[in-house]
Amino acid sequence: MLSQDTVTVTINGAPVAVPSGATVAVAIVLAGQACRTSVSGEARGPLCGMGICFECRVVVDGKLHCRSCQLLCEPGMQVSTEN
Amino acid sequence: MSREAQHHFEVLVVGGGPAGMAAAARAAECGVRVGIVDDNLGLGGQIWRGESGDRRKTEASKWAERVRTSGVNALCGLRVVHQPEPGVLLAEGLNGCCELTYEKLVLATGARERFLPFPGWTLPNVMGAGGLQAMVKCGLPIKGKRVVVAGTGPLLLAVAAYLHKHGVQIPVICEQANWSDLARFGLALLASPGKIVQGVVLKRDLAGVPFAANSWPLAAHGHQNLQSVTISRAGKSENIPCDYLACGFHLVSNIELPLLLGCAVDDNCVQVDDLQMTTVSSVFCAGEPTSIGGVDLALIEGQIAGLAAAGRTIEAEAWFVARQRARRFARLLDRTFPLRSELRSLPLSETIVCRCEDVSYSRLRQYSSWRAAKLHTRCGMGPCQGRVCGPATQFLFNWNPDSVRPPVFPARVETLAAIAGPVQLPHSEVIGGQ
Repeated sequence: MLSQDTVTVTINGAPVAVPSGATVAVAIVLAGQACRTSVSGEARGPLCGMGICFECRVVVDGKLHCRSCQLLCEPGMQVSTEN
Repeated sequence: MSREAQHHFEVLVVGGGPAGMAAAARAAECGVRVGIVDDNLGLGGQIWRGESGDRRKTEASKWAERVRTSGVNALCGLRVVHQPEPGVLLAEGLNGCCELTYEKLVLATGARERFLPFPGWTLPNVMGAGGLQAMVKCGLPIKGKRVVVAGTGPLLLAVAAYLHKHGVQIPVICEQANWSDLARFGLALLASPGKIVQGVVLKRDLAGVPFAANSWPLAAHGHQNLQSVTISRAGKSENIPCDYLACGFHLVSNIELPLLLGCAVDDNCVQVDDLQMTTVSSVFCAGEPTSIGGVDLALIEGQIAGLAAAGRTIEAEAWFVARQRARRFARLLDRTFPLRSELRSLPLSETIVCRCEDVSYSRLRQYSSWRAAKLHTRCGMGPCQGRVCGPATQFLFNWNPDSVRPPVFPARVETLAAIAGPVQLPHSEVIGGQ
């Protein structure tokens, strides 16, 4: 499923290269970013890894509330973490 | 994709893990038109994530092959959110929604990890045990990282073995169960040859990894990111620096969709008859939603459900004896990993229990029921709809969850509008296209 090739996506404006076949959640963790800020201001990252907890939701190419653990990185994808 | 995007199946399977794949392949091999829908990027569920294309002849690749060759229509990247009327399910993908209509339905919605709150559990890099494994399977580089594995259940060992094989340094596996229950589990497995092979493989893969029973996480520490974990190990607390904490307290069945469809549930498990039929006519259920029993039981139940849905009752009956044996293992799991009461005192007053709405333990403990807590604090009313905090509060406070309301997952307004009437969405794409 994963290959040696890389795909570059943009996380909050900064390019990140990830293995081809990686999910957006992986790209965000690799970039050292949180996925979202909770209602009381905490940084949150992925928890369940399977689309249940919604902690990894981000904005992808303008689309709100995308679960990044269930979305593959595609070249040029613009990801912004939710605030 | 518009509402006109409609797909009809004689047998529709919801959930693409082992139970769903077995049901779909078996039904399709009987010559009926079968669809299988799953919200993940590919089939395999959680346990077989990323293994379907494995060139070795694994159980996963064998079933993936059967699904392919039997002509099952696989719809991945689609999540079932609602049943507008009996026989019709509404599913949402990244680019729109569609209707799936069926004559017979097999629910194989699997299970999720149970998460319990403790100080610091909301820090990034504290993940589920299966959660971290899924991230690694999805490309997260993990070699050389330090991962504390904690919680309860056989999944911990499987995850630790997987991580260890991938070059992870595991300072300790903390299992909250006590040695005598674990020893009984080990002895009872002798009655189940397949499990012994798994046990031997696990033991080999875990060589040199410290395992501690009677141990659990007390707190995770760090600022913005995890730095260390304090564990209680045989009565003493110990701080362990780490990069990740992989922590899950066994599994809970995903019964939200079965509940929405009106299936009767007992003790958080969907009730089924001998042929895996639920209390709703034409709706079958297989695998973890009927009991947390592992992959062997899931495959057997899936096959029975698939055959029964295709009308092959006699062939389905041939699996009853094997199912009986596999169910013994399920009962054993139940007895071996009961949650110890000390885990109820892990959260401090300010520890967040509902992660979606940031509701603390001290706010929740004022209420006497899930419903009262929901109304006053918004606990369980965020996007996970209580999938994380529901099982946690059930354990912490003995609260019973409410009835399920549609949509069973948060859905876009366009999807909900499609229930009211046909709409044409701006982004029209092929079904399942991610």
